Amino acid sequence: MSRLSIRTKSEAQALVDSMYAGMERRIVSSPNGLCPIDITLNFVRLCQAQSCGKCTPCRIGLGKLAALLEQVLDGKADYSTLDIIKETAANIVDSADCAIGFNAAQLVLNGMAGFEDDFKAHIEHHTCLAYHVNNVPCVSLCPAGVDVPGYIQLVNEGRYDDAVRLIRKDNPMPTSCAYICEHPCEERCRRGMVDNPINIRGLKKFAVNNAGKVPNPKNAESTGKKIAVIGGGPSGLSAAYYLTLMGHQATIYESHKQLGGMLRYGIPSYRFPREKLDEEIKSILSTGIEVHTETTIGKDITFEQLKQQYDALYIAIGAQTDRKVGIEGEDAVNVISAVDMLRGIGDNNLPDFSGKKVVVIGGGNVAMDVNRSSIRLNAEKVTCVYRRRQADMTALAEEVEGALAEGVELMTMMAPVRIEKNDKNEAVALWVKPQISDLFDRGGRPSPVNSEEEEVRIPADLIIMAVGQGIESRHFEEGGIKIKRGSIITGEDTRVAGDKVFSGGDCVTGPATAIRAIAAGKVAAANIDEFLGYHHEISVDVKLPLPKIASVKPRGRINITEREANERKKDFLCVENEMTCQQAQVESSRCLHCDYYGYGSLKGGREHKW
Amino acid sequence: MVNLTIDGFQVSVKEGTTILEAAKKVNIDIPTLCYFKELNEISACRICVIEAENHERLLPACTALAEEGMVVHTNSRRAVKARKNNLAMILSQHDGDCTLCVRSGNCKLQELSEDFNMLENPYPKDVRENSWDTNNYLIRKDSKCIKCMRCIQVCEKIQTLNIWDVVGSGSRVNVGVSLNRAFKDADCALCGQCITHCPVGALSARDDTEKVEEFIFDPEIITVAQVAPAVRSAWAEGFDVASSKATPGHMATAMRRLGFDYVFDTNFSADLTIMEEGSEFIERFTHKDKYNWPMFTSCCPGWVRFIKSQYPDYVDNLSTAKSPQQMFGATAKSYFAEKIGVDPHKIRVVSIMPCVAKKSECDQPNQNDACGDKDVDVVLTTREFARMLKSHHIDPAKLEPSEFDSPLGTGTGAAVIFGATGGVMDAALRSAYYLVTGNNPDADSFKAVRGIKGWKEAEFAIPGAGTVRVAVASGLGNTRKLMEALKKGEVEYDFVEIMACPGGCAGGGGQPIHDGEELADNRGKILWNLDKNAKIRYSHENPEILTLYKEYLGKPLSEKSHHLLHTNHHGWDMPLSPKLKK
Repeated sequence: MSRLSIRTKSEAQALVDSMYAGMERRIVSSPNGLCPIDITLNFVRLCQAQSCGKCTPCRIGLGKLAALLEQVLDGKADYSTLDIIKETAANIVDSADCAIGFNAAQLVLNGMAGFEDDFKAHIEHHTCLAYHVNNVPCVSLCPAGVDVPGYIQLVNEGRYDDAVRLIRKDNPMPTSCAYICEHPCEERCRRGMVDNPINIRGLKKFAVNNAGKVPNPKNAESTGKKIAVIGGGPSGLSAAYYLTLMGHQATIYESHKQLGGMLRYGIPSYRFPREKLDEEIKSILSTGIEVHTETTIGKDITFEQLKQQYDALYIAIGAQTDRKVGIEGEDAVNVISAVDMLRGIGDNNLPDFSGKKVVVIGGGNVAMDVNRSSIRLNAEKVTCVYRRRQADMTALAEEVEGALAEGVELMTMMAPVRIEKNDKNEAVALWVKPQISDLFDRGGRPSPVNSEEEEVRIPADLIIMAVGQGIESRHFEEGGIKIKRGSIITGEDTRVAGDKVFSGGDCVTGPATAIRAIAAGKVAAANIDEFLGYHHEISVDVKLPLPKIASVKPRGRINITEREANERKKDFLCVENEMTCQQAQVESSRCLHCDYYGYGSLKGGREHKW
Repeated sequence: MVNLTIDGFQVSVKEGTTILEAAKKVNIDIPTLCYFKELNEISACRICVIEAENHERLLPACTALAEEGMVVHTNSRRAVKARKNNLAMILSQHDGDCTLCVRSGNCKLQELSEDFNMLENPYPKDVRENSWDTNNYLIRKDSKCIKCMRCIQVCEKIQTLNIWDVVGSGSRVNVGVSLNRAFKDADCALCGQCITHCPVGALSARDDTEKVEEFIFDPEIITVAQVAPAVRSAWAEGFDVASSKATPGHMATAMRRLGFDYVFDTNFSADLTIMEEGSEFIERFTHKDKYNWPMFTSCCPGWVRFIKSQYPDYVDNLSTAKSPQQMFGATAKSYFAEKIGVDPHKIRVVSIMPCVAKKSECDQPNQNDACGDKDVDVVLTTREFARMLKSHHIDPAKLEPSEFDSPLGTGTGAAVIFGATGGVMDAALRSAYYLVTGNNPDADSFKAVRGIKGWKEAEFAIPGAGTVRVAVASGLGNTRKLMEALKKGEVEYDFVEIMACPGGCAGGGGQPIHDGEELADNRGKILWNLDKNAKIRYSHENPEILTLYKEYLGKPLSEKSHHLLHTNHHGWDMPLSPKLKK
């Protein structure tokens, strides 16, 4: 017998570990519309398998919970069963010896509170409320419901023009989304069960960059109806596009010099080249949309006047005002907002930060845009200050990675306290207080609280605030539009209660994504059309053959590569490289085509019109 | 064209052809279960899996497309094992008590088990039972359902009623009434197409044969049987008998052998329907501004249920004439009872119908106009009739033909075509023409309304009345299209015939079941042929109908006719379509 031995993983353990990894991916790829009680039951079973078996509540209790939940699912339970489940779970939470037990039981308690209607249906009617509505994960997760499997197939067949036409049926801004969409479609891609989600945005980008000039569909016969669209960002442009296709006359009022909204005045050109944006806007306008730029509602023309002149209105003013941190010294001359800085860049006014130490406050995508732009404006040093951990940043992980690669310094767990100024009212440093992670907040992120460490001084020649944006909604509020915490209140149909006014995008949701704004524009167009007494349908005549059978052997996802950090940080040209045709072929052939396989062939995986 | 090899045979097929279809071209039969051509191609059961070289996994032959250079092995060890294994799984959740099943001997699952030599099952039984009100006209047994989803598909795609849907999730996924409704609250037309498309015994019509047996063997009771036109095109399909021995005359003998006291024919009351409905149409057509247009036929109870639940604003467009089944019942318990001098309360009218909805029609609370009792007591489907023959050991092959009894047993060629789409319209036009002009048209003047097409249109000039614009639809999906076009003003008609089942009653939900086949067209042709060879081809020339009017009713639309032969379609309730409830 040796006194000690080297710990090695058994083959079985190694395999189990790989199964855990597979299960993790599988859970991430979970379809919508499952029975939450069934899922809870099966989680409890997994938890039970993890039990060491020492303590009673875990070894026996978790099994009892599973058996009771099964009774509910089989329609053999009554309300007293629910009481027993609740008491049992509460007892396990209270008395199990370790997390394997108490954490599992907590899951059941949370479920009982959260899925009350489901429990009720199973008990009273022996029916399940679970309903497979759209089981194509990418389509159901895209706010605009773009036919993702459809255009992936078209990319695979080399039909790029058709791909663009198919996308435009639901989203008139395929190029914008090809560059900057946060691609929620990829989150639950079923291919993730096999290896990794399909690079959907990458394939879209390949399609738009390889399509020729794709003309828009013909407008429907003119209805003579006029609609004012307030705001020329993605939401306003989308609404105007579809309304025009439906035969209405849409007129966009834009307060800035150019159209595009945050696509131009928020997103720097190294992420989305300006000529691409201009091309897309030009194509949308070619349908016959009227445009008034540098026209602010409430200044150049009133909301009331618009209401008199138009049959319906769509407010899509976005969330474009800056927010203050609210610390001492914020009024210094060299403290600026991200919104102002990016707005200038959007109109091609590039400042020179040569020799300057720039401090950026914030952890979202806008903060990263400011960080990376500052690097490109020749800043000597760019420090990004954030009060939580890097993992808690709301910015996309690849944006943070890009910023780090380009030389941005992250100072996380640091809360801004005050700005130190000189006698010329210039900021010279930002003082921050080190933080420590505390309890989770409601969103599941740990709240930062002051630690016992001393405050830290960060020298700064320029401080940029990127801590969120507000909505300039006052004029509309005065015009009778209901506002809650700055945002415009609408129904799910984007209609403002009892009025011919509709609204959508960031000014309703607060700062969100381009695709959500585009989707709101689409929804508004449909409902405005209906409100005006029409039912114009938007469809496209792209024929799709049955998809080919994909190979299901696990293989790597093909990511878009980026230009070398040292090169790209010197200019505002696009950081991403183009996918090659070979890459697009291989990547598109990975699609499992949930539009056809699985539930798709039963209930149809495709909306042909809306 | 795509060239491939299947089990060593070279085959060349059009692009887009499935492996299943390609294999058929070289006479290779791949077993299927859930598959139903053009209706249910969802590769759910995985019984049709085959092995294709260069494909990682087995492919479902019913949906996988033939590819250039493909080498397919339909009976490789791997494919056959998988098939058998999948069948074992399905059987483990299926109540295999075949001896007690209505589909025993006509069950796709039973057939496959036999074909696959399934002598044992490695899986423990896990059969789920549902609770179902057995008073419903339509019965669903979870324990038999194999989740092929055909019922969902036929109800959604062909009939557009969406009564059935996928319910539940995970391992508990099941077929259930959509929107979590109880069946009695659903707007089901009771067309029975889900039953005739079910490969197993999960869906069936309520069995009412015992009630009929009770009547037959009760000495106090006089049983009067009627048999619908379409039944004669299909009644003997389940027997090993030549078509020459499956004539209406043989059917009459078979009914008599069951013990019915009077064997009559719904053809008689179909002619009566034409007299009433044809006269009603002429009355409406010559007083156009008094009525809603178009006039709809009312003989199909599935259609009446459909219009009441989907287009309630159009109910007054229905002819008030009762269906032939109900006209027969009302006549039997009045005119006929008087004629034979018996108390109508002692009479029981039994119908043999190709239909499930007829079972509900005879239960409508206002179908009791003759003596206060139900005008029709029990309705048997064609399938129940065949089952009764079997249980009485009556073999059609050994029967001699005989005539129907008199006076309710005579029908014309115009009546027998009620069983095929377009037939009611054809028959009505023949008599309407006569009623207006006093002359018979050629019996084949109205050919344009015949044939299996789902929605037909025609115009006919009737001298003295004008041009009549008619339409004929069968199948509720086609009907919905027609109704939507009417609503939008895209079409205008004077007279419209609707049958809920595709092809009309010949394809009725109460007809014999042949898995994977649609037989409405062939059966319809038998009926059109009977018309062609009939001695009398005009309802208004049926001598027993003329006697009935002379001796009892007076004339069409008389007060007595109205009392006995017409009905108020608002006299009973039908659940509304959920689409209208919003």
